[in-house]
Amino acid sequence: MKTESISQAHPSDPQVTLAVATGMGLSPEEFGRVQTILGRMPTYTELGIFSVMWSEHCSYKTSKPHLKGFPTTGKRVLQGPGENAGVLDIGGGYAVCFKIESHNHPSAIEPYQGAATGVGGILRDVFTMGARPIACMNSLRFGEITDPHVRHLFAGVVAGIAGYGNCMGIPTVAGEVVFDDVYRENCLVNAFALGVLKHEDLVKGTASGVGNSVIYIGATTGRDGIHGATFASIELSEQSEEKRSAVQVGDPFMEKLLLEATLELIQKRLLVGIQDMGAAGLTSSSTEMAFRGGAGLDLHVDQVPKRETGMVPYEVMLSESQERMLLVAKKGKEKAVAGVLEKWGLHAAVIGKVTDTGRHRIFENGLCVSDIPVAPLADDKHPLFPMVKRPMKKPAYLRKTAAFSFKKLSQPKDYGAVLLKLLAAPTIAEKSWVYRQYDHMVRTNTMVLPGSDAAVLRIKENGKAIAMSVDGNGRYCYLDPFLGGQLVVAEAARNVAVSGAEPIGCTDCLNFGSPQDPEIMWQFAEAVRGMAKACRELKIPVISGNVSLYNESPKRAIDPTPIVGVVGLIEPVKGEIRAASQGFKKAGDFIFLAGKNLDELGGSEYLQRVRGHKAGKPPKLDLKAELALHRFLAAAVRAGLVASAHDLSDGGLAVALAESCLSGMERLGASVELKDTIRPDALFFGETQSRALLSAAPAHGAALEKLAKKFKVPFTRIGSVTRGGLSIKSPKASLEAAFDAMHDAYTKTFEIMQ
Amino acid sequence: MKFAILEFPGSNCDHDCEWVLKSVLKQKTEMVWHQDSKLPSGVDCVVVPGGFSYGDYLRCGAIARFSPVMQAVAEFAKKGGMVWGICNGFQILTEAGLLPGALIRNKSLSFICKDVFLKVERADSLFTNRLGGKRVLRIPIAHGEGNYTCSPEVLEGLRQDRRILFRYCDESGAVTPAANPNGALDNIAGILSENGRVLGMMPHPERASEAVLGNTDGKLLFESALNALSRA
Repeated sequence: MKTESISQAHPSDPQVTLAVATGMGLSPEEFGRVQTILGRMPTYTELGIFSVMWSEHCSYKTSKPHLKGFPTTGKRVLQGPGENAGVLDIGGGYAVCFKIESHNHPSAIEPYQGAATGVGGILRDVFTMGARPIACMNSLRFGEITDPHVRHLFAGVVAGIAGYGNCMGIPTVAGEVVFDDVYRENCLVNAFALGVLKHEDLVKGTASGVGNSVIYIGATTGRDGIHGATFASIELSEQSEEKRSAVQVGDPFMEKLLLEATLELIQKRLLVGIQDMGAAGLTSSSTEMAFRGGAGLDLHVDQVPKRETGMVPYEVMLSESQERMLLVAKKGKEKAVAGVLEKWGLHAAVIGKVTDTGRHRIFENGLCVSDIPVAPLADDKHPLFPMVKRPMKKPAYLRKTAAFSFKKLSQPKDYGAVLLKLLAAPTIAEKSWVYRQYDHMVRTNTMVLPGSDAAVLRIKENGKAIAMSVDGNGRYCYLDPFLGGQLVVAEAARNVAVSGAEPIGCTDCLNFGSPQDPEIMWQFAEAVRGMAKACRELKIPVISGNVSLYNESPKRAIDPTPIVGVVGLIEPVKGEIRAASQGFKKAGDFIFLAGKNLDELGGSEYLQRVRGHKAGKPPKLDLKAELALHRFLAAAVRAGLVASAHDLSDGGLAVALAESCLSGMERLGASVELKDTIRPDALFFGETQSRALLSAAPAHGAALEKLAKKFKVPFTRIGSVTRGGLSIKSPKASLEAAFDAMHDAYTKTFEIMQ
Repeated sequence: MKFAILEFPGSNCDHDCEWVLKSVLKQKTEMVWHQDSKLPSGVDCVVVPGGFSYGDYLRCGAIARFSPVMQAVAEFAKKGGMVWGICNGFQILTEAGLLPGALIRNKSLSFICKDVFLKVERADSLFTNRLGGKRVLRIPIAHGEGNYTCSPEVLEGLRQDRRILFRYCDESGAVTPAANPNGALDNIAGILSENGRVLGMMPHPERASEAVLGNTDGKLLFESALNALSRA
C-alpha cells in the first residue's frame, strides 16, 4: 500500500531556498537532486534531513568507492561493515564485536566533552549489537606539548576519555598518542571499543514488521549537537568556536543504564532491532533502520521526550543529544520492554510505527512535515544518491621529500645522547600520565596492561584471550601513502602477534584533510589502496570502520592518518593462556632479534625529531616476510619459549631495547653486540620493518632458533639481559646509556602536564 | 559461605567481586538490587562493590546511602554482620555512617589507576588473618576520590582502637609521603568499624586474586574473610 501524502511546511519553518540549502552543506547539484526525488521543493525539515544524511560523515559519498578494495569476509566474520559494528567468531559460541570511530572536530573545540562523547558513541555502537563492551582503546594526535593550547586539548581529551570510560566500568586498555605540529589546530581523537557476545545474541539495527512499535529510550532530546554531522564534514576555522553548540554533552551514568537495559532487552529476546542515535541523531538512526529492514517508518515528533520547550521538528530530527537509542519491539512485547526500562529508570516513549510504504515520514500533531522515500537517503546504490568522484593529483611536495637522501647526513657524535633524546620525545616517552587516568583493570580481564605493544585480555566466557592494538603513522603516509597504508596495518598486526596472538580482524578510522583538494584525495585513495593490500596479504578482514575527512584548518591539513585497530586471538595451551609483554623479565636471559637490519632512515622519528627532516622514503615492507614473522611470533609465545617480546617501531632497535629494559618489574639492562656494518644511526634508530626483539631463558635458545628457521624468519642472538644499563656494540660504533639516565628521559616528559 | 553483593545503578565492580567469590573461591553469592529492602536470608557477608553508584552525582556514595538496600545493610551491620566496602563501596559506607570520615578528591585532582603497596597494620582482623606472614600487599587502586580524611579526634580514635587496617607504603613497607597516591590522611587506605566487622578500603582486592592476572595478593584477604567466617 503506497501512501502519497504530501508534507507541509511547519509554521515556524524558514523559506527553503538554494542559499538555505548550501548553508546546510548541500551543493547546488544536490539541492537539485532533492527536488527531483520529491518532485517538489522540500520542506525545511526535509532539507535538514537530506543535508545530514548526505553529509560526508553519514553518506561516505566520497570515500565509499575507495573502500571496496578492503577484504571484508573470512571464516570468522559474522558481521562485516555496514552495521553499527563488525563481529568476529572467537569460538565456543562466542564472538567479539568492535569498531573505531573519530571524534576529532568536537574534541578540537571542547576537548573534554568531545572526547567523552566519542567514547560514549563507540560504546553504543558495540552494545546495540548485543555485545557487552569489555575494552576500549584510543588513538590520539596533538601538536607539540610545549604549546599551552595543545596541553589544554591533550589534558581535556584524556580526562574526557577517562571520565566516560571509567564511569561506564569499561577498561581503557591500550592506545597511542603522537605529537606533531600538523595536528595543532586539528587534533585527532579516535575511540575504539570491543565487546563480547554469544552468537545468538547478535542483534542488528533494523526495523521490520508492519505495525511494530518504534520506541525511543534514554536521555531527552535537546538542542545540542544540531548539525553535528555536517560540522564534522567541513574544515575547522576561526568560526568553529561558534559551532560549540554542535558539540554534545555526555552523561556516562545514563549510558551505563542504557547499556544494562539494552543487553537485558536483547537477552530476553524482546527486540526486532536497535540502533544508537549517533551522528545525525533520530534522522540517521530511523532512516538506517528502515533501510536495512526494507521498510518505511512513521515518526511522531510530538511524542519524542524533550528537555527544551518549543523545539520544532527540524530541531528534534537533527539534535545529537547523547545517550539515546531507537528500538523496534517485537509485537506483543511492548509491556515487557517497558518493564525492563522501568527497572533501569529510563525514559521511554513509543514515537512511531513500522510501515510498508518505503517512506520515512514525520508528523507533528497529525501534520506531516516530512515525507521522503527511504532509499535515496540511505542506499548508496540508488541512482539519485549523491556519490562523488573527486579529482586526484599526486602531491607536489612528494618530489622534494622523496628526493631527500639521508646518506649525506653526518653521524651524530654521541649515540647514547640521541637515544635519551628519542626516549624523551613525547611520541615515544612513557605514557603512564595518560593511562593511569584510565581504569584499565576493571572487569578483571586485563592480563597485559597498557605500556606494552598490545593489551591482552582473557575472555572469561570461553577460556581464550584476545590481544588488541591501535596504530597509525601519519608521517609514513605523508611521505608515501600507498606504502604508509601498508605499514600501518603491518605494525598494528605485529603488535598483536608479538603478544602471542593470531590477528583475526581489524577496524579502521581514516583521518584525512579535505577531499576537495585533489592532492588530499590522492593521499586518501593511495593510503586506502595500501591498507587493503596489506589486509589482504596478511589475511586480516576489515569488519568495521569510519571515515573522517576535512581535518584541516586555514593553516594546514593534517598528515594523512589512517588508524588501524587489530584484534588477535590467543588459544589456550592445556588450559593456560600464554601471552608476552615487552619488558625483560630476568637477568641472564638471552636477547634475540627477529628480522634483518637494513640501511633505512626515511620517515623515522630519529630523522624528524633529532635531525629535523620530515623526509625520505618510509621503510620498505615485504608483506610475505611480515606474515612469516607474525606466525613465528605467535608460535614462539604459544610454545612457552618467550620471556618478553617487543615490536620494533618508532626509534628503532635502540629504543626497543631501552623500552624492554625500562618496562620490566625490576631494573634490568642489556648487553648487545651487533655484526651489521650499515651506518650506525640507521642500525640503532632506523625503523626497518618486520623486526621484533625477544628475550628467553638460555635453555630455550636452541628451540627458538629452530622455530625461526621453520618459519624462515632471520633470527640472531644479539646479547643478554643484564643488571646494568644498555650497551650496544657494533663494528662501526657503540652506544652506552645508564639505566637511570634512560629512566629519567623516558618518564619525565609529561611532568609538564602536572 | 554466602555473600550478598549489592548492585546499584552505576555499580561496575559487582561482577568482578562475584567472579572472585563464586568462580575462584567457590562460595555462594547473590546479587542484591538497590531497591530491595531486605537482604537474602543466610547471608554471612555483604559486599558493597566499586563503581559509580548513581553516577556519583552530588557526591560519591551520597545518593546510594538512601537506597532501600542500605537501610537493610545498616541493620545487618548493627547486628554484627560482616560488611566489606571496596572503593565506591567504602565511600558509600562513610556516607551511610557505618564508617567514620570521608573520601575526597585525589590530591592530584585526577583519577588514578595503578598498583600500590599496602602495609597491613594488623594481621588479626577478620580480613587479614591468612596472610602467611606477608605484611606488604600489592593491590591496585582505581579512583578519583580516594583521599581519606577525618577529624583529628576520629583519627586518634582510629589509631588507639587499631582500626586502621591498611596504609599506603612503598615496596619495602615504609609508609612515606611518596608512597601516598591520593593524599590520604596518614596514608590511610582502609579502616575498620568499632566492632571490626565492617571494612572499607579504596584498593581493589578482587582485581588481584588470580594468577592469570599476575597478582594474588588480594585473594589473601578473601581467604582471610572466609577463614574468619568459618570459625565463627
